[in-house]
Amino acid sequence: MELQVVFKLLFIVLVIMAAFLPLITWVERKQSAVMQDRIGANRANILGITALGLLHPAADVLKLLTKEDVVPAGANRWIHQLAPIIALVPAIITLAVIPYGGKYQFDGWVLNLVVSDIDWGMLYVFAVGSIATYGAVMAGWASNSNWGLLGAMRASAQMISYEVTMGLSLVGLFMVFNSLKLTDIALAQDATFRVFGFLEHVFGIGVPAVLGWITLPNWGLFLQPLGFILFLTCIMAENKRPPFDAPEGESELIAGYHMEYSGMRFGLFYTAEFLEVPVIGMIVATLFLGGWSIPWLTQADILGGLTPALGVTFATVLCMVLHVVTFLLKVIVMIWLQMALRWTLPRFRYDQVMDLCWKMILPLSIANAFVTGGLILLLERGA
Amino acid sequence: MTLGLFYFFAFVAILGALGMLLNTKNTVAGALSLVATMIALGAIYVQLDAYLIGALQIMVYAGAILVLFLFVVMLLNLRHDEFGGSGWAKPVLATLGALALGAGFLSLLPGAFDPPVALPAGFGGYRLVAEALFTDYVLAFEVTSLLLLGAMIGAVILAKRKID
Repeated sequence: MELQVVFKLLFIVLVIMAAFLPLITWVERKQSAVMQDRIGANRANILGITALGLLHPAADVLKLLTKEDVVPAGANRWIHQLAPIIALVPAIITLAVIPYGGKYQFDGWVLNLVVSDIDWGMLYVFAVGSIATYGAVMAGWASNSNWGLLGAMRASAQMISYEVTMGLSLVGLFMVFNSLKLTDIALAQDATFRVFGFLEHVFGIGVPAVLGWITLPNWGLFLQPLGFILFLTCIMAENKRPPFDAPEGESELIAGYHMEYSGMRFGLFYTAEFLEVPVIGMIVATLFLGGWSIPWLTQADILGGLTPALGVTFATVLCMVLHVVTFLLKVIVMIWLQMALRWTLPRFRYDQVMDLCWKMILPLSIANAFVTGGLILLLERGA
Repeated sequence: MTLGLFYFFAFVAILGALGMLLNTKNTVAGALSLVATMIALGAIYVQLDAYLIGALQIMVYAGAILVLFLFVVMLLNLRHDEFGGSGWAKPVLATLGALALGAGFLSLLPGAFDPPVALPAGFGGYRLVAEALFTDYVLAFEVTSLLLLGAMIGAVILAKRKID
């Protein structure tokens, strides 16, 4: 059992740290270049081989590691050095509860592709996410700089506000799937529903056979479309990347809370932000895009179709690989979407960030919860 | 393993509490020590199978309330001499309160070594709490939320009067 946990940890850490994390800086630069009709990073080379600019992440890390680590005069040394670590750790430990595959039955043992399958998974995600605020707050305060302090104040106000709405925007989703457990939510989406089925349930009208064929996967995206938009906005605001980069505020605060950081400590803040991009992708993919499930093909369908030809064990392994690849594909789509939004939208002014949270998203997410509750009651009464 | 984790988090909690008490000159560092205590307490709750309380402890106390504390402390940039700590009432009342709390804890000590009771199914999860909150105690729940709303509106009105 412990050995399984170690292997799962290794897998997810390797995928995230070794594959996604270095690539994502490259993706950011290349995608922005494509969107702005430029070529993008392409100069770093080893013996003339540039590999499409793929060597730039390595060059960046080398540069950051060899730079001097400056602690400003009058700064609180301890807190200044601790802050980047506190900013980074929440992003890493969130990975513990995200299922990157389903449950697979082998001879006498079950493989559950999640590091820690806890009943209160989303509560854990929220709790860990709320700690991330301290990274920015401590950094800004300990730097003994007015820009840093202003950035820290903005970060704490913005992140607290969006944590509130982030939870509320998901209430509808929790009601639909009746769980806070991420594996349950992912499993519930490994099914389909008839788009016109509600006619039968609520109004008692028979659905014509042609319309009965039209099905959609049970994804949160289709069951909670408004919740998806609200949650994506909130969780992107939590990440503090543009268009929600008021705490860094390049044009008015220079670099905000991490202005007084240099070398790899500065790099750690950026690592945290970049790491949160795939982590956000994983959370959104699990909650709204069906997690590891393949649309219109349930796990039972796949196993039933493959077992006669391949045998139980090989069919299960193949199914598992398909599921993990599907999950990673969905994560990549979410990363692309975040990058596209980041390079499309102009940044908000600080008061606009707060207005958006309290005057738009908060009422909308409460309304979403009410409407969802009403619809669930209506459907259950009809059935 | 579990006992070791308990000692670790208990140590962090006490260290954080001491840090908050002794950091009288540096209020921000004091508030950050309190954060460490809150997180350690949350971890101890989780070890006691009270998952919901543990998560809420970290989410609400460490993640929200103390960030607001820090926000205010940073905004006001308080110094120790601005607290106006002279006068006999505060230390006497604080000592009395601490003694009462200590006596309360000591009175529970004899029962603390009883063998543990088996937990009912679903203990510490969100389902039981939510069911109780929205069925048996729904009136108290709604009244409390109204009270908080009233307090919030009152605070906004009072603050606005000062600005105007």
